[in-house]
Formats: sequence, structure tokens, C-alpha cells
Amino acid sequence: MRTFLLLLACLVFAIVSVTGFRGTKTTRNPIEIFPDMVRQAKVKEQAPSFFFPNQRASRYPVLGTVPTGEDAARLPYLNTGMMGDRWGDGIPIPLTAGTLKKGQEGFGIFCSACHGSTGSGNGIVTQYGLVGVPNYHSEHTRQMPDGQMFYVITHGQGLMLGYGANLSVEERWAIVAYIRALQLSQNATLGDIPISERQQLGGR
Amino acid sequence: MANLFGKAANELPPKIVVGILIIGVLTVAGIAYYFTPKYTRVGYMPEQPIPFDHSLHVTGLGLDCRFCHSFVEKSGFSNIPTTQTCMSCHRMVKADSPKLAELRESWESGEPVRWARIYQLPDYVYFDHSAHVNRGVSCFTCHGEVNLMRTVYHKAPLSMSWCLDCHRNPEYFLRPQDKVFDLAWKPPAGLQQIEMGMHLIENENIKPSENCSACHR
Repeated sequence: MRTFLLLLACLVFAIVSVTGFRGTKTTRNPIEIFPDMVRQAKVKEQAPSFFFPNQRASRYPVLGTVPTGEDAARLPYLNTGMMGDRWGDGIPIPLTAGTLKKGQEGFGIFCSACHGSTGSGNGIVTQYGLVGVPNYHSEHTRQMPDGQMFYVITHGQGLMLGYGANLSVEERWAIVAYIRALQLSQNATLGDIPISERQQLGGR
Repeated sequence: MANLFGKAANELPPKIVVGILIIGVLTVAGIAYYFTPKYTRVGYMPEQPIPFDHSLHVTGLGLDCRFCHSFVEKSGFSNIPTTQTCMSCHRMVKADSPKLAELRESWESGEPVRWARIYQLPDYVYFDHSAHVNRGVSCFTCHGEVNLMRTVYHKAPLSMSWCLDCHRNPEYFLRPQDKVFDLAWKPPAGLQQIEMGMHLIENENIKPSENCSACHR
């Protein structure tokens, strides 16, 4: 019996020393104990696929196809920010408090890292070697047509790359609207504040 | 017969029974401990082609999760950022860092960076990120304190019972909607969390399904 227990203890020790404990950080691949149907030969998001020649499961639309739904050609200003061959002005989506809220959220996520949360061009990345971030409150940006602003968000400008792939058309316009609100906030006078709200300023 | 079986043989049957019992208990204990995603998956920390540091980008710079994982609110799949997203800054910031060699190569060739996938459900499980983050389930709840991880590792087991723990008692895990992407936010302790959770369930009309077909289609 003693020999048996000793052998068993050795066996347990051997197994534990090979397999280790739960939760240990490791680079070995996760083990799939019952692998039935766990990995199926189907197209998965952002995964490699040997079915397609370029080995990517993510596909571009076939050349020459047009997306269904909103017809981009019918609403050129909404989708490009251009009216004919000039920049358009005006926000082509309904302007509500909800739109501005959405714009604020999008601005916080995508723009504030470089442009700063007030749009002064002093975002955190400027401390890491990024130069040339414009100040939204400069005369040049204040005069920039809404359509051009939309175009810059979509395609980028100068050192900035476009965010058209990350943001929907509505989200981009909401951000344009929020930037306008930011500009207004930095250039407002006491007269712009409704009298009922003025006391919140605390007498300053 | 006395020649064949000595006196010690009298003790043999109970010893065999005890021996088998011990082996049985150890086998069951071993399977219970090892044959679960808590062992097979948790702690997986693959080496990535680029040593991306989440703690630096999230806690250090204050980037939102959605700056890179931009479709997590709209899509079932939480996307890995495109090379362009990284290059927005890294054409200027640390542009010559040897750690980013793979990124620059991808930017020039147009071939994607081959990140190692950490969290991967079985292919017969259909998880929807947007359905969860839009109902107060934070990134933190499943992925842990990614905002503090220098290298991301597999935090939660993603076993079915683990999913059901929350689907049956979401009040333990839900957060206010504006704290979903705020990984540094600390939920209130004990009963307060449950109270808040109950409130959220009622207000947001949250009804997590326990039906098989919710995830297995």
C-alpha cells in the first residue's frame, strides 16, 4: 500500500508539474479538448481564408457594384460635403440635442486625442511629437465650410488620415455640428446666454 | 490452499477497493480541474507581431476603446483596427521604432498585420458584441482590466456556464450605459451593485435569453 501511495503521489506530482495550474500566463495555444465542430471551415470576420486568392475573409465590394439602401448619388451633399464643385455649407441632418450628444461622443473618441477636447489643437498626442494640429478657434477654421469639414473627417487632410471608414455619414455630420458648438463656446459673449441661465456662471 | 494465499491476502480486497477509490477521486478531481476553459483558455497570452501596449494607449493616452475597436457598438464582431488607424499617429509618433516594423511593412504592402487572436469562441457560438455593450455589459466584464495590461491575455473562461452566470443574474454585472467603455470605473460594492443592476434591468428592459437558440443557431 505504501508503495502504491508513493507511486500515485509521484504520478500526481508529474502531471501537475507538466500541466501547471489554472490561469498561468502562457503562450501555448488554448487546448480544445473536444474539438468537434469547434473550428469550422467558414468565412469569419477579419480572419484568413484559403478560399479566396488573397487569403482574406474580409472582402471588398465587387467592382462596379452599388450599395443598396441610401443612394449616395442622389444625396451628393450628404455623402461628400460638395455642392457641385464647391464646398457646401449647412448640416444636412436633423440638428437636435441628441445629434450634438452623438457628435460629442464621436469627437471624444476619434478627434480629441490630437485636437484636444476643446478643439484647441493641444491633444495628448501633441506631447508625443505630433506637430501642426490646427486650432479650431482660429479664423481659418471658423470660416471653413461645413462641407469641407465633413470632407476632412472623411478623407483626412495634411498629416491627418481619414476616418470615413470608422464613422458613418451621420456620425461625421454630428461631429461637424459638435465642432461648430465648440467654436461657438469659445467665442461666446454674455449676450449669447439666456438670462435664466446666467446665474450659473456664478457672478463671473 | 494456505500455500497460495498467505495471511496478508486477507487485507488485499479492502486495499484494492480503497486504491480504486483513491484513483477514482483523483481522476475526477483532475478532470474537474483541467478539462475546463478555466484551465485550457485562461491565461493565454500569445506573442503579437507588434508588442502593442494597451495600458500605454488606454490609461496613458486616454484613448477610448472605440478609437480602434470602432464597430463594437454596431456590429456583432469587435474589429481589430486597420493599419490606417495605427498610422494616423504612428507616421509621426515613434515613426522609426523597430517595434513598429511590421506596421510600416503592412502600410507599404497593403497586407494586414497578422495579430494573434486571443478570445475565440467555438464556431457554433454566435456572440454579438453590440448586443452586450449597448445594454450595459462593459468590455471589462469579459476582457478584464485591459486598460492596465501591457500584453493582453485571456481573462475570462468563456465557458457556457460562465455566460449563463450573467444571463441568469445580470444585476451582478451590469453598469450604467455611460460607464461601459470606462474601464477604470469601479462598480459600487455588494448590495449597491445589485440594487443598481436591478434598476438598470427594469429601466432598460434587459431580458437576457437563456434559450439555446440565443447563441447556438
